[in-house]
Amino acid sequence: MATVPKLDVLICGGASCISNHSHDIKDKIFEELKKNGIEDEVRVIETGCMGPCELGPVMLVYPDKVFYQRLKPSDIETIVSDHFVKGRPVEEKVLVSETTRAIIEKGQQDTDFFKKQTKVVLSNCGRIDPENIEEYISENGYAALGSVLTSSTPDEVVETIKKSGLRGRGGGGFPTGRKWEFVKNTTNDQKYVVCNADEGDPGAFMDRSVLEGDPHCIIEGMSIAAYTVGANKGYVYIRAEYPLAIKRLEHAIEEAREYGFLGENIFETDFSFDLEIRIGAGAFVCGEETALIASIEGERGNPRPRPPFPAISGLWGKPTLLNNVETYANIRHIILKGWEWYASIGTETSKGTKVFALSGKIKNTGLIEVPMGTTLRELIFDIGGGVPDGKKFKAVQLGGPSGGCVPEEYLDTPIDYETLIELGAMMGSGGVIVMDEDTCMVNTARFFLDFTKSESCGKCVPCRVGLVQLHALLDKIVKGNGELEDLDKLEKLCYSVKKTSLCGLGQTAPNPVLSTLRYFKDEYLEHIQDHRCRAKVCTNLVTYTIVEDACRSCGICAKNCPVDCISGEKGVPYVINQDICISCGTCYDVCPFDAITTES
Amino acid sequence: MGKLVTIKIDGKEIKAEEGSNLLQTARDAGFDIPGLCYYDKVSPSGACRLCLVKIDGMRGLTASCTVKVNEGMNITAFDEELEGHRKAIVELLISEHKLGCMTCEVDSGCGLEDLAYRYDVTVDNLPFPARSEHLPVEATSPVILYDPNKCILCERCVKACYEIQGKGILSFAERGIDTYVATDLGGLWVDSNCDGCGECIQACPVGALVEKPSIGKARKWEITKEETICPYCGVGCRIEVEKKGNEIIRINGADGPANDGRLCVKGRFGYEYQMNDSRLTTPLIKENGAFREASWDEALDLIADKFTGIKNKYGSGAFAGLASARCTNEDNYVFQKFMRAALGTNNVDHCARLCHASTVAGLARAFGSGAMTNSIKEFEHADCILVTGSNTTETHPVIATYIKNAVQKHGAKLIVVDPRRIDLVKYATLWLRQQNGTDVAWLNGMMNVIINEGLADEEFIRSRTEGYEDFAAVVKEYTPERVEEISGIPKEQIIEAARVYAQAENGSIVFSMGITQHITGTDNVLSVANLAMLTGNVGKLYSGVNPLRGQNNVQGACDLGGLPNVYPGYQKVVDPDVKAKFEAKWNAKLDDKVGLSVTEMMDGAGEGTVKALYIMGENPMVSDPNLNHVEASLKKLDFLVVQDIFMTETTQFADVVLPSFSSYEKSGTFTNTERRIQLLNPVLDPPAGTRDDWQILQDISNRMGYKMNFTSAEEIMEEVADVSPIYGGVHFKKLGVEGVQWPCKTDDENDRGVLYLHKDTFSRGLGHFSPVDFIPPAELPDKEYPYMLSTGRILFHYHTGTMTRKVSALNSFESGPYAEISPELAETLNISENDDIRITSRRGSIVTAARITDKVAPLSVFVPFHFAEAAANRLTNDALDPIAKIPELKVAACSVEKA
Repeated sequence: MATVPKLDVLICGGASCISNHSHDIKDKIFEELKKNGIEDEVRVIETGCMGPCELGPVMLVYPDKVFYQRLKPSDIETIVSDHFVKGRPVEEKVLVSETTRAIIEKGQQDTDFFKKQTKVVLSNCGRIDPENIEEYISENGYAALGSVLTSSTPDEVVETIKKSGLRGRGGGGFPTGRKWEFVKNTTNDQKYVVCNADEGDPGAFMDRSVLEGDPHCIIEGMSIAAYTVGANKGYVYIRAEYPLAIKRLEHAIEEAREYGFLGENIFETDFSFDLEIRIGAGAFVCGEETALIASIEGERGNPRPRPPFPAISGLWGKPTLLNNVETYANIRHIILKGWEWYASIGTETSKGTKVFALSGKIKNTGLIEVPMGTTLRELIFDIGGGVPDGKKFKAVQLGGPSGGCVPEEYLDTPIDYETLIELGAMMGSGGVIVMDEDTCMVNTARFFLDFTKSESCGKCVPCRVGLVQLHALLDKIVKGNGELEDLDKLEKLCYSVKKTSLCGLGQTAPNPVLSTLRYFKDEYLEHIQDHRCRAKVCTNLVTYTIVEDACRSCGICAKNCPVDCISGEKGVPYVINQDICISCGTCYDVCPFDAITTES
Repeated sequence: MGKLVTIKIDGKEIKAEEGSNLLQTARDAGFDIPGLCYYDKVSPSGACRLCLVKIDGMRGLTASCTVKVNEGMNITAFDEELEGHRKAIVELLISEHKLGCMTCEVDSGCGLEDLAYRYDVTVDNLPFPARSEHLPVEATSPVILYDPNKCILCERCVKACYEIQGKGILSFAERGIDTYVATDLGGLWVDSNCDGCGECIQACPVGALVEKPSIGKARKWEITKEETICPYCGVGCRIEVEKKGNEIIRINGADGPANDGRLCVKGRFGYEYQMNDSRLTTPLIKENGAFREASWDEALDLIADKFTGIKNKYGSGAFAGLASARCTNEDNYVFQKFMRAALGTNNVDHCARLCHASTVAGLARAFGSGAMTNSIKEFEHADCILVTGSNTTETHPVIATYIKNAVQKHGAKLIVVDPRRIDLVKYATLWLRQQNGTDVAWLNGMMNVIINEGLADEEFIRSRTEGYEDFAAVVKEYTPERVEEISGIPKEQIIEAARVYAQAENGSIVFSMGITQHITGTDNVLSVANLAMLTGNVGKLYSGVNPLRGQNNVQGACDLGGLPNVYPGYQKVVDPDVKAKFEAKWNAKLDDKVGLSVTEMMDGAGEGTVKALYIMGENPMVSDPNLNHVEASLKKLDFLVVQDIFMTETTQFADVVLPSFSSYEKSGTFTNTERRIQLLNPVLDPPAGTRDDWQILQDISNRMGYKMNFTSAEEIMEEVADVSPIYGGVHFKKLGVEGVQWPCKTDDENDRGVLYLHKDTFSRGLGHFSPVDFIPPAELPDKEYPYMLSTGRILFHYHTGTMTRKVSALNSFESGPYAEISPELAETLNISENDDIRITSRRGSIVTAARITDKVAPLSVFVPFHFAEAAANRLTNDALDPIAKIPELKVAACSVEKA
């Protein structure tokens, strides 16, 4: 008989840790285990994302619950010999509490990062081997599907989902139960369920993490949906940039077929269902449901007018249920724990938890899951650890490139679909980008417009041309050529683009402009009237000067200046000729002695 | 018409059909809601956002072009907010639009220009800068120019290319502001499969897509527009001719019953010949081997004298005449009347002999009537279409679009049976590649499977047909295994095709020359008819047996008696009662024998029994089989008269050449392939010195003492209606845009004829099953001539090229002769693309350029027959079908060598 392993070693196999060489660490562990002759005593499992990407690569050792962070392959020899063989954790690689500076010995739950989280969608991520269906099953996997197929009618499932209060996690927040009901009530011989895994927002990676860390929960969620609406075929639309998610989902689909969770007569009922993956080429607009459907059909991923809605006429003209990854990931939990449990989490209008991806000027970048109703402040300062380097918080951008920027005064707002809309932002996919005092809000608006204008499919006029003109107006302001009337033009055009665009891309793309105009109009005015950028970001409005005392006359600035406007000689501080300077900022970046200052 | 519902627009109550398009409904009710991307011939895209309205109960603004009308809808079409957004959209469009309006072809006919005017948007009062970057103009197509800087990306062209033409060549490339319309996702237009139909141009609401040949020719306001019927193939598309003075500027598709505004490259761009300098404008008389100009009186007197002399010396049997499938019904009626009543002979035939003589013979025997049983637009709604021996995309391009629509829009199954990998193969569920000339075998094979698998329509066979037992006994012998041996089609495919066709609710069969031009042409047609009857696929909508007629009026030329065995309306010349009726009507003594067919006339001329030949608008020196024989025969004639618009390969042998009208100049009617009689409009003045065809014939007849005094085409049709029951209800006044489909027997305005034939009862009573055995072609490849030769048409040229080869737009697609050979054959013979090759048969030899393609089977050669300098018919076999006298143009043996 094989030996029962004494230790379970979970190595994070999320994309972020893999990019930080977690596979080399895994290989090294196997090598060391062999060297020490303890291969049979230690079981090594590669999991999905554990969340604290900032600390990666990370590794969790059970049953001791020791959480290693920022590992390098060179750390492994000691960890294996001291910890795995002798039982003494290597303290310098173990996570230390932010507050008490104490070594985390009792596991992750003690850190601030984890304490305020409630993991539902991510409950398996980082805890099980995503490539082993047995581990999913041991976590009650496919129990929800079995229960639904054998003891619930589709109407009952719809009721459960409706009562749970679950709303679409793709951003729109449409009540999931009602969507399912529409598709269920549409009569047709052929219906489809589709999973939108075309996570296009820069800075959002929750769907990827779920697919990488717990792919079976998507298969199960889609199967329950298919049973409910009467579909026998499903598609998961994933972007090609997610090769690991694709690989793991492919593997999971194979396993599910082998175990009879996909295919004919699932759980020996009349229900048959199978899934296929469709790989998208990465256009942002393909996250829009009608464009996504067009893309699955093999057409150019352009949005189509609604109505007809996909529930009536979707994929190949058939009734189609389309939800995103996170929505499907909630389903099994609602079925297993009951709608009452789910509805008890969150706010009046927004139930359950939401996964957010923290990035930007924030200490703990990574993936977190909190109950709806958590405040932005808790999100950013308690879980996220606040703004690093002692800088001042300026704004948080919520909802991806079409979201809005929310200033400090609203940080105590509890997050739900409605409050975010009121603030001029939106839930979107859950991307949270924190900005500090070094961020210029006009330039930020221009940055997001630059993204949305290049991601516009070009089909409808307001989005195709309107975003280009909005961008041009912002560009004009950022370059110091703005006029006061440009603000009116911006606002008016934003309004037309929002109201008249064909799909969600154009309808929301003006949000960064509108929200910054709303909360940071003074910055716009400063750019236009005073030719000043307080964050010193807009190069045309910034003057670079060399501080005499700090200059060591190394000449690196002069060597790198693209317009040769810096002169000087050994022993004498260098000088910038302001008539020639184009404010490109190269000197500022290359000066080894921080002798160059900016003024605006 | 659906249910009428009531909706409200801006407070006004409107009755509208439930489910109809809201924008269209509003516009019809007088609400001028702007919109540039809406095009009623394609699905709405909702791209321009100009037609946004507010609908009670719907969130936000909705593009009315994408909404269907529902009871009780309450719509706001105009208010300050909507108009503000509309103006903003026009401003955005103008900001990205190249404002070259003063030199734009569509200036004063441009949708965007109109809106700029309406909303007072100029480049000076734009709230933001106009874009300065200009994308390169795509001008590589021979006929289409695309300027992306003028393109508003409304998607109408993209949709027209796919949804109307079924081609799907156009799409958007790039995205956002860089988006443009491209062929093959960004390749050069000239390298794409674009065949220049110009449907995209017609769909374009601005000047982004224009006709290259029209550039710089006229301003919109100088142009007048008139509609008539296309001069080319048998589809009978309605065209709108834009002209300045007496010059054609461009041609657009008009909404005719056969084409819904669709056209092909010939219809749209093939008009240049009409104004060609070489148009004949004066009669020519040959003297001492050379032509000299003559007056009409001199020429007509000479013909009358010569003919009278020949008649006196040799009798009526010494005359023969070729009527014309290009001329009007009225021309053909007068032609055959002249031949029969004035000259006294039934020796009248025309090139239908070479295309569908076997159809007429076969279908007359099986059903009692030799025409397309159903109508063109029914194809779109058939569940299964079996196309055999018709390269529909090239020969009947607009019909092909309906077949593609059936497949692409409605999921119809298409079965192609053809030795060549024709374009339709791309759309087909099944492609069966038979050996040339084995059609009876595979048809019998399909029917063998249908009977054995119980898929036959027994009720139809019992109640509507006769002769089933004898037929079934023969079919029994054609097992799929045996058919595979004969035809080369794998037996599995025969079985599959049989099931697909027989199980379809409505199965339609389309065929053309690949079925008819064989020594077994009549047998082939009978087999096709058997197949349709066996499955009950005739006498109902969306089904039938549908021979596609090749030329604009080949159906009419047959209908009007341009055949040696029948008077107008297929009334038999050997029927004494019929003859008596015509003798009384025409006041003449008529011939009681069946006359000579085309090939027999040539034989007669060669043998000296035929002394005089009158040719109206035909060119047998290119179109007829075994040209060396034709040439020798024509040279032997005592007197040859040719009536045409150009000098041709045939006129060189004439004694008198008479100049006539082109069809753009004619009054009269054409009958298209679906039996639809359509009225022509003389949209141009004919060149001075020319005369209409029937007028010329009448003048000669009168000179010879047989009086005719028609003063107009309309008067001629009145006589046709009087003597020919199937045209009995055909009167010019009744025709309008829709025309009528024969049989149309009553004068009742509502009698528009018959959409599909043989409903409830066949023309002959019961449908007749004929037992048909397989007979191999007359000549098959052997050691000396090892390859299979076949001939046919291509998209860009028409018949003998007298018209199309004078059109530079068409020549730029395809300017001269070539032969298709397979890569295998090219390798064996060490032939490279465009090498000159010599193709030789037992009858002649030509040198032409090689085109290497897998369209043809490995040991086959295909030669288009349009090109006199390498005339395919120097090679073809004039072996005849014994019943229909159609030569076997589709099969011959040949050798190939590098020239």
